[in-house]
Amino acid sequence: MSSQDIPEENLPVAQADGADLEKHGDNPFADPGLPPHEHRIQDIDERAAKRSERTVAFLFTLSMLATIGFIASYVAFPVDKSIYVWPIGHISALNFALGMTLGVALFCIGAGAVHWARTLMSDEEIADERHAIEAPPEVKAKVLADFKQGAKESAIGRRKLIRNTMFGALTLVPLSGVVLLRDLGPLPEDKLRHTLWAKGKLLVNQNTNEPLRPSDVAVGSLTFAKPEGLEEHDHDFQTQIAKAALMIVRIEPDDIKDKQELEWSHEGIVAYSKICTHVGCPISLYEQQTHHVLCPCHQSTFDLTDGARVIFGPAGHALPQLRIGVNEEGYLQALGDFEEPVGPAFWERG
Amino acid sequence: MKKLSARRRHPLAAVVVLILALAATGGLYAAFAPADKAQAEETSQSLAIEEGKKLYSVGCASCHGTGGQGTTDGPSLVGVGSAAVDFQVGTGRMPAQQPGAQVPKKKNIYTQAQIDQLAAYIASLGAGPVTPTDKQYSPEGADIAKGGELFRTNCAQCHNFTGEGGALTKGKFAPSLEGVSPKHIYEAMQTGPQNMPSFPDTTMPEKQKKDIIAYLDAVNGEKTESPGGLKLGGLGPVSEGLFAWIFGLGALIAVAVWVAARTAKAKKS
Amino acid sequence: MSTTTASSTEKRKAPAGERVADWADGRLGIYSLAKANMRKIFPDHWSFMLGEICLYSFIIIILTGVYLTLFFHPSMNEVEYHGSYVPLQGQLMSEAFNSTMHISFDVRGGLLIRQIHHWAALIFVAAMLVHMMRVFFTGAFRKPREVNWLFGFLLLVLGMFTGFTGYSLPDDLLSGTGVRFMQGAVLSVPIVGTYLSMFLFGGEFPGGDFVARFYSVHILLLPGIMLGLVVAHLILVFYHKHTQFAGPGKTNKNVVGMPLLPVYMAKAGGFFFLVFGVIAAISALASINPIWALGPYRPDQVSTGAQPDWYMGFSEGLIRVMPGWEINLWGHTLVLGVFIPLVIFPLVLVAIAVWPFIESWVTGDKREHHILDRPRNAPTRTAFGVAWLTWYFVLLIGGGNDLWATHFHLSINSITWFVRIAFFVAPVIAFIITKRICLGLQRRDKDKVLHGRESGIIKRLPHGEFIEVHEPLSQEQLHTLTAHEQNKPLELGPTVDENGVERKVKGSQKLRAKLSQGMYGEDSQIPKPTAEEYKEITSGHGHH
Repeated sequence: MSSQDIPEENLPVAQADGADLEKHGDNPFADPGLPPHEHRIQDIDERAAKRSERTVAFLFTLSMLATIGFIASYVAFPVDKSIYVWPIGHISALNFALGMTLGVALFCIGAGAVHWARTLMSDEEIADERHAIEAPPEVKAKVLADFKQGAKESAIGRRKLIRNTMFGALTLVPLSGVVLLRDLGPLPEDKLRHTLWAKGKLLVNQNTNEPLRPSDVAVGSLTFAKPEGLEEHDHDFQTQIAKAALMIVRIEPDDIKDKQELEWSHEGIVAYSKICTHVGCPISLYEQQTHHVLCPCHQSTFDLTDGARVIFGPAGHALPQLRIGVNEEGYLQALGDFEEPVGPAFWERG
Repeated sequence: MKKLSARRRHPLAAVVVLILALAATGGLYAAFAPADKAQAEETSQSLAIEEGKKLYSVGCASCHGTGGQGTTDGPSLVGVGSAAVDFQVGTGRMPAQQPGAQVPKKKNIYTQAQIDQLAAYIASLGAGPVTPTDKQYSPEGADIAKGGELFRTNCAQCHNFTGEGGALTKGKFAPSLEGVSPKHIYEAMQTGPQNMPSFPDTTMPEKQKKDIIAYLDAVNGEKTESPGGLKLGGLGPVSEGLFAWIFGLGALIAVAVWVAARTAKAKKS
Repeated sequence: MSTTTASSTEKRKAPAGERVADWADGRLGIYSLAKANMRKIFPDHWSFMLGEICLYSFIIIILTGVYLTLFFHPSMNEVEYHGSYVPLQGQLMSEAFNSTMHISFDVRGGLLIRQIHHWAALIFVAAMLVHMMRVFFTGAFRKPREVNWLFGFLLLVLGMFTGFTGYSLPDDLLSGTGVRFMQGAVLSVPIVGTYLSMFLFGGEFPGGDFVARFYSVHILLLPGIMLGLVVAHLILVFYHKHTQFAGPGKTNKNVVGMPLLPVYMAKAGGFFFLVFGVIAAISALASINPIWALGPYRPDQVSTGAQPDWYMGFSEGLIRVMPGWEINLWGHTLVLGVFIPLVIFPLVLVAIAVWPFIESWVTGDKREHHILDRPRNAPTRTAFGVAWLTWYFVLLIGGGNDLWATHFHLSINSITWFVRIAFFVAPVIAFIITKRICLGLQRRDKDKVLHGRESGIIKRLPHGEFIEVHEPLSQEQLHTLTAHEQNKPLELGPTVDENGVERKVKGSQKLRAKLSQGMYGEDSQIPKPTAEEYKEITSGHGHH
């Protein structure tokens, strides 16, 4: 940030033209100085001042009444009472009463104080001098000298060994704090690569909690499934469903463009991860005519007829598909876990 | 397409539709009203189908083909069932006015009796979901909380937490569910109109549809309470943010202007 | 204490207040402090009160926040709901959600306090942004206030994150989706992303820890830092004394206004109550974050229209409009589609924060500035500020693209494309237009100074020509309109010295001269009228 290459006279410091104009006595733009103080009505008319006084007192009184109203509402209204207030609608009587009384109580104190200041306190403008923030040179010189003296007395410059070991110690000591953070969580390992899905796990309908049969799933319908054995009351339900949630649709096999998708489906029933590959929103805005799925969070759009390829938006790769089949009893089952990690991409995903 | 859909939403469009609708209703009524009474007495299914066919050939055949087989302008109606007809015609979506990203709901131009006749005719073309009875969709006795859970799993992703509607791709949208009758909601879940997927009884039993309808009635019905005050459209942080800027900060700045303004000076005389 | 003063004190019994003050002075030195500050002058202007809105909403947030901690349970243990809200009866939810439901439905006034807390938070960040823009457009960030500008900027950033962590605490379906998004963004960080995510959430998402962790960040860590910064910010405001607009009697060496005691104290103190009153009334009238309608968080559920609170909206816009770039190489994935927005997110904010330093480097100006610029008189700065706001606004539109789509019947894809293009184009257009408007206003000011104010009176001259009578300006107006300084562009000077040897000019200095030319060159400001011009025109008065 040096200005060494620029001649001093070109710097704006040297250009302040306002200052030298002021020297001319006949400068038409010269500062005429603070305008004379004009009186307000209240300054010259005692009746007006009295009116102001009454207004202020009225506001303060209103505030007191509102506070009493607040306490009264707190006592009087049951917490679940509903009232109809036009044009807002059906709202909580207590919330409305408490909020309005509190609002009035506070607002009136403020309005009273400001009205007082505006009409009754002196409104004469006063000019205050500013003082340079920079210290005068002699102060600066003194401070620098003191500092040098102190540094010299500590001998920090001369005894390099002390200085260097001290810096070393100070640099190392925060490491303890960093190390302590290690147990905030486990290492990633391959946790993000596995879900509860495994060969033979039935696809359980999230609505009915019953395993699904192929005949349940009609073309154009949308069903969400979870792996057999995962129950809402399980302590790790949230973490497991965050990876295992499944979206099931049925597409006419002729409409499926992607070969692998067709192979992994069962009679056109395809099971895709419900978790968006962008940042993990549950993606399930299924358009049954276009077979597009839209994410409600960031609008990534996937084509379910084409291996759930991304056709719009910020997602970087297709939705993982779960390979499914039918077991001996005729229920839909998984033929293994997802072959790639579900959800948002990460560095080790590969 | 853009222009068309913009024009379709022109305020006058509604008036035009209304006039056309009234003219059509009047005409149809004049033509069929005497027959209606006769039918009511006979209550003959075949007659209803017959009348439905007539209505069909006037209002629907140009797009869906003379026998409901479908054309390039409209899908086949074979096997869609009476529920689909009742929903599409009952919410005014059909007959469609103009092509566009999506056929919006508008004023229905048929009487319920005529819709039933149309539905009977379409149902005769091939089996499909049947128009539900009052007992099936009425929310009485349903489990509201379970309905809420089902709604958040199956519906909220498109229709928003409380059914305010939301955007789909390329100008399509999931409509608001406010003020939609329980029957039509039930039919929509059953049949999956337009781009909405269906939720057939095999994966979402009748009872659960009722639960969902009951939940919607509880959180977005006429009597729904919004304890905190104005609902702000039920749209979440965007409308809250706009409100905070315009009315919150706006009011505070107005107050600040008053606080800092100069008090009126006495007039010099 | 000398005996003389002691005896004189005994003679007249001082009033109680004075005796308390004496006691305090003996220990705290309050008289010396009060001497400097009791009659400190504050200029009156509504835009100088924007910072007060921030301060007061911050205080309101702390007060209501403390109340909320008395009832909130920052725990993710699953419980069944059995409170008074029917549509959630028997649902499984975290204790955090359950206790927020309890506050909203079963604690009297709990809902009000929750709503005040949340409305005040939205207004707090909005007011900070507007306050910052006021400081920016008037050039109040110039020496000696650069450090305070940075303090303010840090407060804005911390305010955003405090808001985000608070928004996540109730563990509702909307905020949970927001946390999921954050976790996805953390995962996208190359090399360390997965580790960061595991450490932050105590394992896989969502785990059972994040509410408790966000809680301590939200109520302790971030507000603690913010409180310190607010105090420092205020001390500096006192120390520097407030800036003022140019006007008669107002110079760079004084400050004109009302004394702290009594006027400013009444106004500022009163304004606190006014702000609190308005926010309380808003909280009585308008619902915010109705978590009962959103339901408890489940990672497999979602609602359309999932947005963060407005102050995070621009980052939401960034992430929504970014194309899905992803590079897979050597068994590793570079998630550019998420990581690039994550990097641009702070840069958007930094872009406006560094301007004061760029400006002072370009001008090389080392003087103190206490007189504010009118935005028109700093066209490049103003244009930059407007361009930045446009940029920010475009991203906000992107963040709400789904709602604009449904409410204006547009295609979500078209809006996304619009934002993608506007991200690059709109700021440039805004810059050019703003600069032109500023120059136009400068020209008008110059006209006004030289030819007077248009009076609206049309006069017909003897030879038939119609003219509008211009009234000359008063001395006050003339001074106010010409009080601003105009920087001259830097010259690098001759490239060869007197001996004909080529002088080496560093690249940075060339850049600096170029920027200076752009900011203060002929195309960037209208030379203000000089006294000579004025005299020449006015001496031949009668002409128009």
